[in-house]
Amino acid sequence: MSTAGRYTATRTSLRTAGIMVVFTLAFTALMSSAYTLTRPAIEASRADAKMRLINELLPPENFDNALLADHVDIGPTPALGLNQGGRIFRARLKGEPAALIVEAIAPDGYAGRIALAVAIGADGRISGVRVTEHRETPGLGDYIDPRKDRNKTSPWIAQFNGVGFADVAPERWKVKRDGGQFDYHAGATISARATTEAIGRAAQFALEHRDALFSAKSGTQLEDLSK
Amino acid sequence: MNAQAFREIAYNGVWKQNTGLVQLLGLCPILAVSSTLVNAVSLGIATTLVMAVANLAVAALRNFIPYEIRIPVFVLIIAALVTVVDLAFNAYLHDLYLVLGIFIPLIVTNCIVLARVEAFAAKNNPISSTFDGIMMGVGLLLVLAILGGMRELVGSGTLFSGIDMIMPSLSGISVFGDDYPGFLIAILPPGAFFALGCLIALSNWINARTAARTTPRRAAPVTVATGATEPSASAAAGASAATPG
Repeated sequence: MSTAGRYTATRTSLRTAGIMVVFTLAFTALMSSAYTLTRPAIEASRADAKMRLINELLPPENFDNALLADHVDIGPTPALGLNQGGRIFRARLKGEPAALIVEAIAPDGYAGRIALAVAIGADGRISGVRVTEHRETPGLGDYIDPRKDRNKTSPWIAQFNGVGFADVAPERWKVKRDGGQFDYHAGATISARATTEAIGRAAQFALEHRDALFSAKSGTQLEDLSK
Repeated sequence: MNAQAFREIAYNGVWKQNTGLVQLLGLCPILAVSSTLVNAVSLGIATTLVMAVANLAVAALRNFIPYEIRIPVFVLIIAALVTVVDLAFNAYLHDLYLVLGIFIPLIVTNCIVLARVEAFAAKNNPISSTFDGIMMGVGLLLVLAILGGMRELVGSGTLFSGIDMIMPSLSGISVFGDDYPGFLIAILPPGAFFALGCLIALSNWINARTAARTTPRRAAPVTVATGATEPSASAAAGASAATPG
């Protein structure tokens, strides 16, 4: 009130803007120093979380390379449901191809996209699958995530372990209800159907492009696989 | 500041003006994150932290903040502090950060933080403001913990599931055994409304009981003295006793 009485509108706004700038500078400095301080820890936790996921997919004795540093990037790939492209990590044992870790997305879950990480051995067999992101109904469709699966000894997703794409006829890469060979939980077929079919497509993709994926130099962008 | 004033602040934060039960501010994260005890308590701790530091910062700077632009400055301070908490969770409690996801940044828009800054910290000294932030946060934390515990117990039959995200050596307890079929609605958002409704009803009942217990004692002499129950007199006595200020 008193400021408005004594000063013109221009002067008041300049003065308050000046005060705002001082506060902005001070608190931006606080934020950027917090960012600088936490960045190494954040990067370490991210790599750690990725590595833990990979260890669930692939037994550590199956590879000996620096897996997170050995990757190829692929462009948009409808076969994997990746509209934005993605990254494939390559596991090697004594320099020989051991397994590919492929991201895949099932676009048709009950509540939207289901993101998967699938490890496929050089022999074409699936070594492990994990759901990395989903919004399926808690307690109903979320058994696709083994942490939420009530059956801890043999979770639903473990039935894919050891299965190769070539072992199963293409029309059998479905849940039993659709005439396929994979189990599902009654009452929540859609989650299992989406996941099963996405895993099948990922296994097929890895099998078909195995040589190209393993031989490409690390860090390269492969565009021609998106057919 | 004397002990009485601090006791008043604590009583206000934890019970009388409880964020979750009385003020009903900032319900969005309360309802969304309280599906398990660990998630609920973690978000409660993060919010308490932000409230305490935001109140401290605003109270310490209150003489430098012109009244006309206090709201943008408050929002700036709160946003900066939430950013710091968000980065800290991402760095040091990464698994929990992934679970709480968007709800840590959303503390910025939790109206209770701005409400306490505006209503308390802008007018009081840093020490009592920090204490008010902590106590309001503790009140919220308790409601979140009870809600989270109730919903997890009823919905999944477990308690403390996900504790390994904070302390890797611990694991959750399955209270009703592995055969518990679960009660889906308790985990879904409607369950949060039901549970919160029950909690509010319970707190209102406790308040009403406390008021009723004090009323007859004060109203009794009136009744005896007049020899007849005068509705207006006893109602007035009841009203004055029921409103403790």
